[in-house]
Amino acid sequence: MEAFDPAELPELLKLYYRRLFPYAQYYRWLNYGGVVKNYFQHREFSFTLKDDIYIRYQSFNNQSDLEKELQKMNPYKIDIGAVYSHRPNQHNTVKLGAFQAQEKELVFDIDMTDYDDVRRCCSSADICSKCWTLMTMAIHIIDRALKEDFGFKHRLWVYSGRRGVHCWVCDESVRKLSSAVRSGIVEYLSVVKGGQDVKKKVHLSEKIHPFVRKSINIIKKYFEDYALVDQDILENKESWDKILALVPETMHDELQQSFQKHHNSLQRWEHLKKAASRCQNNSKNDKCGPWLEWEIMLQYCFPRLDINVSKGINHLLKSPFSVHPKTGRISVPIDLQKVDQFDPFTVPTISSICHELDVISTKEEEKENGAESDIKHRTRDYKKTSLGPFVKVFEQFLENLDKSRKGELLKKSDLQKDF
Amino acid sequence: MQFLGGNRRKLRLADDQRNACYPHSLQFYLQPPSGNISLIEFENLAIDRVKLLKAVENLGVSYVKGSEQYQSKLEAELRKLKFSYRENLGDEYEPRRRDHISHFILRLAYCQSEELRRWFIQQEMDLLRFRFSILPKDKIQSFLKDSHLQFEAISDEDKTLREQDIMASSHSLGGVQLELESVYKIPFADALDLFRGRKVYLENGFAYVPLKDIVAIILNEFRTKLSKALALTARSLPAVQSDERLQPLLNHLSHSYTGQDYSTQGNVGKVSLDQIDSLSTKSFPPCMRQLHKALRENHHLRHGGRMQYGLFLKGIGLTLEQALQFWKQEFIRGKMDPDKFDKGYSYNIRHSFGKEGKRTDYTPYSCLKIILTNPPSQGDYHGCPFRHSDPELLRQKLQAYKIPPSGISQILDLVKGTHYHLACQKFFEMTHNVDDCGFSLSHPNQFFFESQRILSGGKDFKKESVQPETPQSKLSVQRSKDASSALASLNSSLEMDLEGLEELLQ
Repeated sequence: MEAFDPAELPELLKLYYRRLFPYAQYYRWLNYGGVVKNYFQHREFSFTLKDDIYIRYQSFNNQSDLEKELQKMNPYKIDIGAVYSHRPNQHNTVKLGAFQAQEKELVFDIDMTDYDDVRRCCSSADICSKCWTLMTMAIHIIDRALKEDFGFKHRLWVYSGRRGVHCWVCDESVRKLSSAVRSGIVEYLSVVKGGQDVKKKVHLSEKIHPFVRKSINIIKKYFEDYALVDQDILENKESWDKILALVPETMHDELQQSFQKHHNSLQRWEHLKKAASRCQNNSKNDKCGPWLEWEIMLQYCFPRLDINVSKGINHLLKSPFSVHPKTGRISVPIDLQKVDQFDPFTVPTISSICHELDVISTKEEEKENGAESDIKHRTRDYKKTSLGPFVKVFEQFLENLDKSRKGELLKKSDLQKDF
Repeated sequence: MQFLGGNRRKLRLADDQRNACYPHSLQFYLQPPSGNISLIEFENLAIDRVKLLKAVENLGVSYVKGSEQYQSKLEAELRKLKFSYRENLGDEYEPRRRDHISHFILRLAYCQSEELRRWFIQQEMDLLRFRFSILPKDKIQSFLKDSHLQFEAISDEDKTLREQDIMASSHSLGGVQLELESVYKIPFADALDLFRGRKVYLENGFAYVPLKDIVAIILNEFRTKLSKALALTARSLPAVQSDERLQPLLNHLSHSYTGQDYSTQGNVGKVSLDQIDSLSTKSFPPCMRQLHKALRENHHLRHGGRMQYGLFLKGIGLTLEQALQFWKQEFIRGKMDPDKFDKGYSYNIRHSFGKEGKRTDYTPYSCLKIILTNPPSQGDYHGCPFRHSDPELLRQKLQAYKIPPSGISQILDLVKGTHYHLACQKFFEMTHNVDDCGFSLSHPNQFFFESQRILSGGKDFKKESVQPETPQSKLSVQRSKDASSALASLNSSLEMDLEGLEELLQ
């Protein structure tokens, strides 16, 4: 893969927005079948331009308008905001108080930095294959809940381009949800609570809610490989002391001793599980059983959501197919059927796909005499690069949206025909 | 219809019609009443319902909601005022009709400001909660249906399928057999308070809610609907107010409950500075007594204390001139330079009397405000002693105030249960030698007023029942009001104003 140099962005972006950005699909998504008048026209976009210039309240009349603008401005970053009561680019002409955010997809942002207290391999903006499993687990847990508990059908998961993933829930009813309900959903999905000053961040009650139970079952599939091997959380005293901080003091001495005798994290974990299952007669909650073990697993593996991203209807979030200015990676959709195989390090960068395009173009020019119009090339260019498969995932998502929409329209028209 | 023997038939038809109008002892007030009503009945219904809601509020403050005493006293109140509450009590038509009409009349009076709406909604919700709690189980489903709530009880098969999950989710189902409980399936967004805390089982966008939890949801629905309705009512109010017959009543009902926040008193200038020391031990609530003592001892008070005490003094009747003299005298005793006082402190005093800056005539702090905002730190003497003092320190203070040990332990128990206003009420009862203080305390100036009333045999300090509101005070009331002072006024002025109302209507 071609190495990415941020200094080349201006040139690369020109090519990207001219030949590679999937405009047709993008418009198809945000237009939502044109069922609601002006839905696309009232959508806010924001651009981050060169030198960190940030402009809000961008809006467009149609796909062609969007294309022209992107090709003119070549933004480093695109954010998507809410659908407003009026065209965002005219918001200054609207009477005070009348310009309101009305609808938006329900979005989630899961960021690896929120796990710094429980990952030993990296910190801050860094990620590696050892800690990426956290994202894998997060996607499985959250997606299951959104689908099975809340009944949400149209969920688009996107790689953020550096250290996390985003989820866009696009069901019609979901776009209309109030801020209070969005907050409530995040609360429902939250289990790890507390900041830096809180050592033990997970406390389970005696009754385990089905959501928590099912999430624990998902974590169980990955825990051994992720926590006990890759992260090696019980490797040495320094690391296992952190686990002991989550366990009643009465157990510490015994565990310290036995940990010394064992050879690896797997053995130590087995021992800890057995010790935890024994009834704790001294402690206040006479919980016999695996609660302690689950609390540790959850603290180390359960997803951490940023409520502020999800609750505001007017919150702006990075757009799919936007470029990450620091890594060059494209924010690509993640195939839900292949979550476990997703590798952020193989996600195409803007430089790599531009390079691929160059190679292909020169080859094609050698074949034809270059009389083909630009447009024909443009509509199929991304397909010829490594971006192609990701656009396919996006198209599948759009197909499902279309099917749903048709179903809804049929239902409505049937109801109207009934007297 | 004029048939032979038609009289009897007519009565029966009317009966059925009457029952059909009001099929339940409680309702969501979805439809406004229609028909004709005499002005007298209109007015009487309004007054009776205000009495009822006021009782609901008082009982909710004096007893734990849902406790035996609360339930029985509230039921007695409803019976006394002849409003509906229970099913199967013979002819229920009249009480239900009274309930229906009076609710809608009060909407007209209570839609006019945020505080009024909040108060009205709170009491109506408590009332609905009570009525729902005594509704027999077999009547619940039909009530829900008639109220257009999309709550359907799920079949037994559906229940068994999900038994484990429902039991594991709902805290209200401790060990109870699920077969005996009804479970309702509702869209998840309608069960916000339940699902956000994972207190209910969710499946495919629906919440499976056991009966006990449905109440919270129903109340939420009610609150949302009533809130919207009040907003709508406020918009159509001008049309109603233009009716000359209704205007005086509605004005009186609403304005009485916004005026009494102790900012304008009929007793301005009736307190002299040399009375303050003795008044502080006789009639001041402990919070102000403590501030006064600290001021006398240290010849100084920090800002929080100056605000809380200064506004209280304004509320008991000190004029601006008196206030300036009072503070200056004390600060000078603390070796402060008179010029420094004039420069630094007098401006603030004048400001709090509305003579400087944006000229807001600040209102004395209510108990709620004192308890919830600006907690005191080292060197401060403001706040609420029941809330902000260490229990041991509080015990010592109460001993110094000569409260008997039994009283002290009662007070400390109330403090432990965070019933700070009840603790202060108990303090009032002990220091004034009465069994029942007879009011629901929510404002320090109310404490003073009630104390003075008892000490002077109830003759002095009687507020005029209809206070002519000067434009300035009305403005300031709206600007600097907070919810609890409206509540304070609602509590203590109600008796007065009801009398005033009844006079007005004669």
